[in-house]
Amino acid sequence: MLLEVENLSISFRRYENKAQQILLPVVCNLSFSLDYGQIMSVVGASGSGKTILLQAILGILPQEAIVQGNIIFQGQTLTPKQQRQLCGKKIAYIPQSVQFLDPLMRIEHQVCQGKRDTTNKKRQEQIFSFLGLPPATGRLFPHQISGGMARKVLIACALMSNADLYLVDEPTPGLEESIVQDFLQTCRAIADQGKSILLISHDIGSILPFSDKVAFFYAGSILEIANQADFTANGQNLRHPFSKALYQALPQNNFTPIPGHAPYSGKLPNGCPFAPRCPKFDDCCQQEPPFLDWRNGKVACFHAT
Amino acid sequence: MTNRQKTKMKTWAILLFFIVLLLWGISIKETGIAPHFDQQNLSPNFNHLFGTDWLGRDMLNRTIKGLSFSMFVGIIASSLSAIMALLIGTAAALLPRWVDDICNWLIDLVMGIPHLILLILISFALGRGVLGVTAGIALTHWPSLARIIRAEVLQLRQEDYLHIARHLGKSNYYLLQKHILPHILPQFLTGLILLFPHAILHEAAITFLGFGLSPETPAIGIILSESMRYLSSGYWYLAFFPGFTLLTVVYLFDRLGHFLQNLYDPYHAQD
Amino acid sequence: MIKSHRFLRQFIRFITLLIATCAIAFLLMEASPIDPVQSYIGAGVAVSPEQREQISAYWGLDQSPIERFYTWGNHLLHGDFGDSLIYRRPVLQVIGEKFTNSFCLMLAAWLGAGLIGLFLGCLMGLYENRWPDKILKTISYLFASTPAFWLGLLLLLFFAVYLELFPIGFSAPIGVAAADITWGQRLYHLFLPALTLSLTSFANIALHTREKLIAIYHSDFILFAKARGESNKSIFFRHGLRNILLPAISLQFASFSELFGGSVLAETVFSYPGLGQAAVNAGLRGDIPLLLGITLFSVIFVFCGNLMADILYGWADPRTKEASK
Repeated sequence: MLLEVENLSISFRRYENKAQQILLPVVCNLSFSLDYGQIMSVVGASGSGKTILLQAILGILPQEAIVQGNIIFQGQTLTPKQQRQLCGKKIAYIPQSVQFLDPLMRIEHQVCQGKRDTTNKKRQEQIFSFLGLPPATGRLFPHQISGGMARKVLIACALMSNADLYLVDEPTPGLEESIVQDFLQTCRAIADQGKSILLISHDIGSILPFSDKVAFFYAGSILEIANQADFTANGQNLRHPFSKALYQALPQNNFTPIPGHAPYSGKLPNGCPFAPRCPKFDDCCQQEPPFLDWRNGKVACFHAT
Repeated sequence: MTNRQKTKMKTWAILLFFIVLLLWGISIKETGIAPHFDQQNLSPNFNHLFGTDWLGRDMLNRTIKGLSFSMFVGIIASSLSAIMALLIGTAAALLPRWVDDICNWLIDLVMGIPHLILLILISFALGRGVLGVTAGIALTHWPSLARIIRAEVLQLRQEDYLHIARHLGKSNYYLLQKHILPHILPQFLTGLILLFPHAILHEAAITFLGFGLSPETPAIGIILSESMRYLSSGYWYLAFFPGFTLLTVVYLFDRLGHFLQNLYDPYHAQD
Repeated sequence: MIKSHRFLRQFIRFITLLIATCAIAFLLMEASPIDPVQSYIGAGVAVSPEQREQISAYWGLDQSPIERFYTWGNHLLHGDFGDSLIYRRPVLQVIGEKFTNSFCLMLAAWLGAGLIGLFLGCLMGLYENRWPDKILKTISYLFASTPAFWLGLLLLLFFAVYLELFPIGFSAPIGVAAADITWGQRLYHLFLPALTLSLTSFANIALHTREKLIAIYHSDFILFAKARGESNKSIFFRHGLRNILLPAISLQFASFSELFGGSVLAETVFSYPGLGQAAVNAGLRGDIPLLLGITLFSVIFVFCGNLMADILYGWADPRTKEASK
């Protein structure tokens, strides 16, 4: 296994009225694993804490965050110090937008992180041609390139590191469909070289064809981990009521919305977070459901099918 | 106690301090700062906390008297200045384009001359004295606030509800009174209070240089410029205490302005 | 193309402002109740009405204000600022000489304030809302509220009178011929006034730098740099400092007006023979030609600062460079 996450919980320290300290849970008790050559997608609504998960793996959460649980990378449980050493070398981050590039620095300097010796230069040229970026892009400033190019530059930054694990944040929003497809194909190509990709998105439709596994993320918990093969028969092969409902809500399927709203992270319900909106809700859902292996996948539900 | 309540408390405390200072200054009669030739050049002691000068005048009384006088001049000058800023700022934003151009040009003109030089010119023209200083400060301090108000009104003018009111046939005067002035009032008031520290500092500076008030007036600048003559004699307290109280007043007024900004100005509400 | 156009427009605007400054300054001088003839002769010296008229005629005071403004303006255009009444020399010569002194002082103070401000600002930004930030912020606000002349007096009292480490004033030792003054002596005399001026003007740049650095440290590209494993040092120097340096320098250029005002006070306290002291003397003793000359000079000085700030700001940010092309 390349990456294993065990019982990861993240909460934020907030001060109310200066004296009272309250803990705001954002991610609760997550476990999943990722093998070499795999793409795993984490899907869920915006604001459900997916980006926080990535930042926790990278160890770049703000200071008021409290992280519990284990992150095991290549068999080693990571300490914050190791995280700092691995970041940008073995683990690479591909963020969302041009906002993540320094506005005052030419792109080539950002891609090479200031060390533009001959090997780095050569590597940068190779990566640019691999990604289909014109070589002249390097001389430009971030505000001079389009959104799609910016995305490719961000991938180039990640590829420079030759990392084993790529963490991709929201590859779809605000981009043309063809650019998204292009981007995801690039991801697939990277994964096929034996690297692993953890992809975060709220757009199941686009990323599904490129993912090996899909984790359904809801209000800070993973409710189900499904394989690509499960997305057949109108979603009936999925295990959790939430994933089924989410599948039904896709425009290309029935476009049936799930009633209710996702809970605010300060007011999570007891037990299963999806219970208040769940069609199969009953008394036992007040307790936290265990995360079990189920038909080749994993699920956290008392009524899993 | 929330931060907001704390800020409110501090605001009231500062206001109280200023009121006490002003009343104290007014209550000091001529006799309080009269010369006592038997008490010349006393170091700070229990009877004379700030010491006495070479005429035996009590420095604490002189300082408070001078400070309240300076504050008085400062308040009048910064109020006048703020009103000018309000008029020019709203005129620039509401009236036709050419008025805006003229206002901007005026702002650039005043901002292009160093404040102190312009103050010297104006108090020179008005023949030195209270009038010259007050007019000088009022005439030099409006541009920065005028700029803020102009930008604010320009932004307000783009708001939909003002367009609607205009289409409903409301007059410019009505719009100004009902929609624009209430909106810029918080910024105007905090701007006015934040002008004050600059006003009183410049008042003290110009008086210190000898352009302001006559040597008999107990103004802070005059006390300090007198103390300069006794520097090498080692009468450090003649300069230290009056200047320190001036610093305190300026600092507290600046804080007061920032507190009010935090309390009432939505754009600064977070800090 | 558009860029040169912009500068041309700015230049024209500057010329109109300069003319207006001349007119306003002249009008203010006209309105003054101080009698130029008396101030020429010197206070308390009695002269006969005939002599008085002669002097008036000599200085052209018997003409109408508009005529005089015209004559004065005409002379200005030919580079003749008239003669200073108190120094009895051409105004331009006086300004040139005094400005050399002031320039050293202002340059030292400008650099001092800029460096102190930038350093403290970065420190505050890096320690956002922790105790070093809170303490330094209070200190900055306190120094911003400090009257420059009072701080000068205190420094003078402590370092010059009490510790006797520095001279009480002037730009050079008394009784030394101008040619013999060494740079060491100049710097030695410059230190206290420059320190006064630096300490009273660093707060602006420090607080600005703080805000800016905090905003940058909360931005996404710093997060990305962290995610790419850049060290804290590299993040600060490669991204933080890079992004705040040029705006801070241009802000510092835009503060020439306050610098000039501060130098007037510092020079008075330290009897430093610079332009500021000359302006005060001219104002106090009614030397109208010198006062007008210094006013014009200060306007040009401030304009140059603002122009530099403008150019630097455009240069600092490739986005605005793009827009002005």
